[in-house]
Amino acid sequence: MERIEKLIDNLPPMDLMRSEKMTLVQLIIPVESAHRAISYLGELGLLQFRDLNSERSPFQRTFVNQVKRCGEMSRKLRFFKDQISKAGLLSSVHPVVEPDLELEELEIQLAEHEHELIEMNSNSEKLRVTYNELLEFKLVLQKACGFLLPSSNHAVAEERELTENIYSNDDYVETASLLEQETRPADQSGLRFISGIICKSKALRFERMLFRATRGNMLFNQAPAGEEIMDPLSAEMVEKTVFVVHFSGEQARTKILKICEAFGANCYPVPDDISKQRQITREVSSHLSELETTLDAGIRHRNKALTSIGYHLTQWTSMVRREKAVYDTLNMLNFDVTKKCLVGEGWCPIFAKAQIQEALQRATFDSSSQVGIIFHVMDAVESPPTYFRTNHFTNAYQEIVDAYGVARYQEANPAVYTVVTFPFLFAVMFGDWGHGICLLLGALKLGSFMEMLFGGRYVLLLMSLFSIYCGLIYNEFFSVPFHIFGGSAYKCRDVTCSDAKSAGLIKFRDPYPFGVDPSWRGSRSELPFLNSLKMKMSILLGVAQMNLGIILSYFNARFFRSSLDIRYQFVPQMIFLNSLFGYLSLLIIIKWCTGSQADLYHVMIYMFLSPTDDLGENELFWGQRPLQIVLLLLALVAVPWMLFPKPFILKKLHSERFQGRTYGLLGSSEFDLDVEPDSARDHHEEFNFSEVFVHQMIHSIEFVLGAVSNTASYLRLWALSLAHSELSTVFYEKVLLLAWGYDNIVIRLIGLAVFAFATAFILLMMETLSAFLHALRLHWVEFQNKFYHGDGYKFKPFSFALITDDDD
Amino acid sequence: MYGFEAMTFNIHGGYLEAIVRGHRAGLLTAADYNNLCQCETLDDIKMHLSATEYGPYLQNEPSPLHTTTIVEKCTLKLVDEYKHMLCQATEPLSTFLEYITYGHMIDNVVLIVTGTLHERDVQELLEKCHPLGMFDSIATLAVAQNMRELYRLVLVDTPLAPYFSECITSEDLDDMNIEIMRNTLYKAYLEDFYKFCQKLGGATAEIMSDLLAFEADRRAVNITINSIGTELTRDDRRKLYSNFGLLYPYGHEELAVCEDIDQVRAAMEKYPPYQSIFSRLSYGESQMLDKAFYEEEVKRLCLAFEQQFHYGVFFAYMRLREQEIRNLMWISECVAQNQKSRVHDSVVFIF
Repeated sequence: MERIEKLIDNLPPMDLMRSEKMTLVQLIIPVESAHRAISYLGELGLLQFRDLNSERSPFQRTFVNQVKRCGEMSRKLRFFKDQISKAGLLSSVHPVVEPDLELEELEIQLAEHEHELIEMNSNSEKLRVTYNELLEFKLVLQKACGFLLPSSNHAVAEERELTENIYSNDDYVETASLLEQETRPADQSGLRFISGIICKSKALRFERMLFRATRGNMLFNQAPAGEEIMDPLSAEMVEKTVFVVHFSGEQARTKILKICEAFGANCYPVPDDISKQRQITREVSSHLSELETTLDAGIRHRNKALTSIGYHLTQWTSMVRREKAVYDTLNMLNFDVTKKCLVGEGWCPIFAKAQIQEALQRATFDSSSQVGIIFHVMDAVESPPTYFRTNHFTNAYQEIVDAYGVARYQEANPAVYTVVTFPFLFAVMFGDWGHGICLLLGALKLGSFMEMLFGGRYVLLLMSLFSIYCGLIYNEFFSVPFHIFGGSAYKCRDVTCSDAKSAGLIKFRDPYPFGVDPSWRGSRSELPFLNSLKMKMSILLGVAQMNLGIILSYFNARFFRSSLDIRYQFVPQMIFLNSLFGYLSLLIIIKWCTGSQADLYHVMIYMFLSPTDDLGENELFWGQRPLQIVLLLLALVAVPWMLFPKPFILKKLHSERFQGRTYGLLGSSEFDLDVEPDSARDHHEEFNFSEVFVHQMIHSIEFVLGAVSNTASYLRLWALSLAHSELSTVFYEKVLLLAWGYDNIVIRLIGLAVFAFATAFILLMMETLSAFLHALRLHWVEFQNKFYHGDGYKFKPFSFALITDDDD
Repeated sequence: MYGFEAMTFNIHGGYLEAIVRGHRAGLLTAADYNNLCQCETLDDIKMHLSATEYGPYLQNEPSPLHTTTIVEKCTLKLVDEYKHMLCQATEPLSTFLEYITYGHMIDNVVLIVTGTLHERDVQELLEKCHPLGMFDSIATLAVAQNMRELYRLVLVDTPLAPYFSECITSEDLDDMNIEIMRNTLYKAYLEDFYKFCQKLGGATAEIMSDLLAFEADRRAVNITINSIGTELTRDDRRKLYSNFGLLYPYGHEELAVCEDIDQVRAAMEKYPPYQSIFSRLSYGESQMLDKAFYEEEVKRLCLAFEQQFHYGVFFAYMRLREQEIRNLMWISECVAQNQKSRVHDSVVFIF
């Protein structure tokens, strides 16, 4: 036993096994070097600051003005970005790297740029409005003439027939205004018109409103403007319609003008005289072309300004973001006015202490401060954060574990084992080397077409490699067996092979060297054979993984020096699991090795029902019966063992400690052992025996029931693998082979397409997903519940590298 | 199908109910209000709001802020949420959601008509309109000279058209007429909404009838108090009360003859739910009545969220958000005008 412990102590340390040792540190920073020190720490990114002002609201903190200024600057930067993208310019690919600006300078620069831009925008907007007006006028002139010309010709022709009061027959009599209008030479009939332009989407409602307002006494002509006009507000192109309303009467005129106003229709006067029209059109056109050149020049100028901003935009944005992060961090520090220094607390990994000190010294030196920054370690009451140093490869697996719960500080990290067991258990369910190769190709090509899965590319890679391996063992390539490792060990009884399906084959040489013999495929006993194999294999894998979990709980207990947990939890758990399911695994292995015909169901069931009975033909080895009795007794003993002693010992320890006999116990090992380092101080106050007992009871019951149900749960490996292979068989035989049976290229192609789709979407995507989820469950529930607490919190250092876009 | 909503409600309403409950979780809490009340400048308010759901709406506002900008942006958020829900909604929820906005529509109509009467610029008036109560031809309201025209020209296209049947007169518009029109419209609207909710049945009917009855009763009290000392006759006053609610019909009879606030009080104290509201006010006081009613309303609206599978949550959410925007407006005004001592006068905490 001692030897083993020594061996364990001498094991080389694993980086990923335990989270980094952390320490609480205090920083006392003189005000003059504070900003620089924090930004150096941000570049280093190894210190997590604690918020010492959490009771203060954000605007009551010390550096709130600077934070506000940064917010204002990032608003300006967003404005620039918006303007640049609106102008259709790409922000520069090769940003100019300038020597670092001071924040104040940048602020002034930004304000200048913004001012300049806004001025340019308002100028060009004014121009745009004038331009739009002229353009609309031109369009109205062009289109309205179309309505007016024939009608006026018509009017001239029929003028003589018109009596003056032809409209007086109408019920809408406005004699006075009619007479008034006759003073105008252009419309002797009292018929007047308003011409203008309106958004196409509003035209219909506009017409209806006009109709109602004038009680139908109007003539509405419209024509699409043909050109799209830019809406100055939203900078979108809008389709417009030119309209001409003929009406009579002054009151109608005011009404119509009001309606025009309400609908945002712009009215333009069109002279009746054709020569005048032409003249105006000419004038407008020349104005338009002038304006167009001015507008273009303005836009060019603006684009130039925007491009020059674009060169710096990335740098400025990241700089402002950093500054804001620095001030946010400074806001977390305590400000000590009398001593003119800032006091901060934070967590850092112990290995980083030297680096942090070096950075702080650099900051003192660079800001030529008289007083150095004081950096010292403090005692921590609360539990430190959990920090695993991961690389590209292990990160995805660590994420899988963290998704369940972040490890408690320094507890054994299941991610170490997950790196291999996760893809392996996946592959047991997904074993098919054809599909594995597809998956492998996918994993290798991943970066280009699926951003989302990119982080998990190494998981996918290992999953596919293991699928190929398991596929080779199952001997399935899109469900088709291959003779890769030599010929089959079986042959037909005679040459015709007529009774192969009924009487079976005979074995004539050594077993197939690797994996499942290809001859099993299609034979009558294929399913019974494969099921038995996969089921037993699942149980072996499950028992092995659960044992690993319990052993990890031993490592945890050793690490936290809790002999209580080893004696009254780890040992009985080991005994319980292995006396029942460890024994089953042993039987399976013996059966495989000896080729015995024993019925393991029978053995296991009657081990409980009548342990003293003779095993008969099911006996696998000598002394099996007494061994079974011993194991059964051990399992029975293990249950109260893991249930009762621990809470009673805890109670005894507690009462001893708080009855003035504490110092007598200080030296004894038991005292320190049950105390977990993080929660030590909280436990002082109360010891609720019934709570502890109930807790222990729940744990024990969960373990005992879990030993059965978790083992059963591992049978999902068999079930999913069976489902996968049966599904791919169906697609291969019932789709591909069926289609190939026809001598028709179209049917063959259709069959091939259906097969390809089914393989890609059902087998490669959905089956991958389901196997992934089941592997995830086996890890989270069956494996991790044996040892993993997962109630820690993650180390989130203050680091510039971690500041992302959505931060502001 | 009372009691069986759970079976079928989620087919169409489940997603939106989830959405609206999520939105409700974003309402400002008492802690937020406490922080907001401590703000020194409008920038502080912006800073605090940027940590709430209003953040994205305020973040691009340049720094010298105005109260109107804050209110405008906060309303914009409500409108965006409303539009999103309306887009997702199917019948009858979409109709229900549309009903919620009719009140704003009535207010907008009245605003524009009064404004044109006083020769205000239409564009200026349009900016003041509540965005939830906008309809296509709202600007054309300025053309109308009397109610008949108002109806014939513009409102016939809007959902308000049926409510107008009671108040079409050829009289020229004046302030009194408009106010009566507003209340008549509101009465017709509430009654219609009430009927619609009753038709929906189930928990929606139960909860909405409670909320709408409260609304109707509150309007009745307000109409009574505001019409004391005006030339409105008792019969006319009686006609403006909605024909449902706790006060209907006997309370209305009593309210119709009230001549001062204490008589209103005496009439209202016969109804236990309102007794508590009036018992908090001292005699002869009516300023604090609004706040007392708002507080009671908020309490009832919050209770609507306690039950599942009904449409009342949408109504309640919209109302709560509007109350929140009113709170923000009051706080911002107080901060902007350096009247921080009065900040608590009109703020109604929601949670």
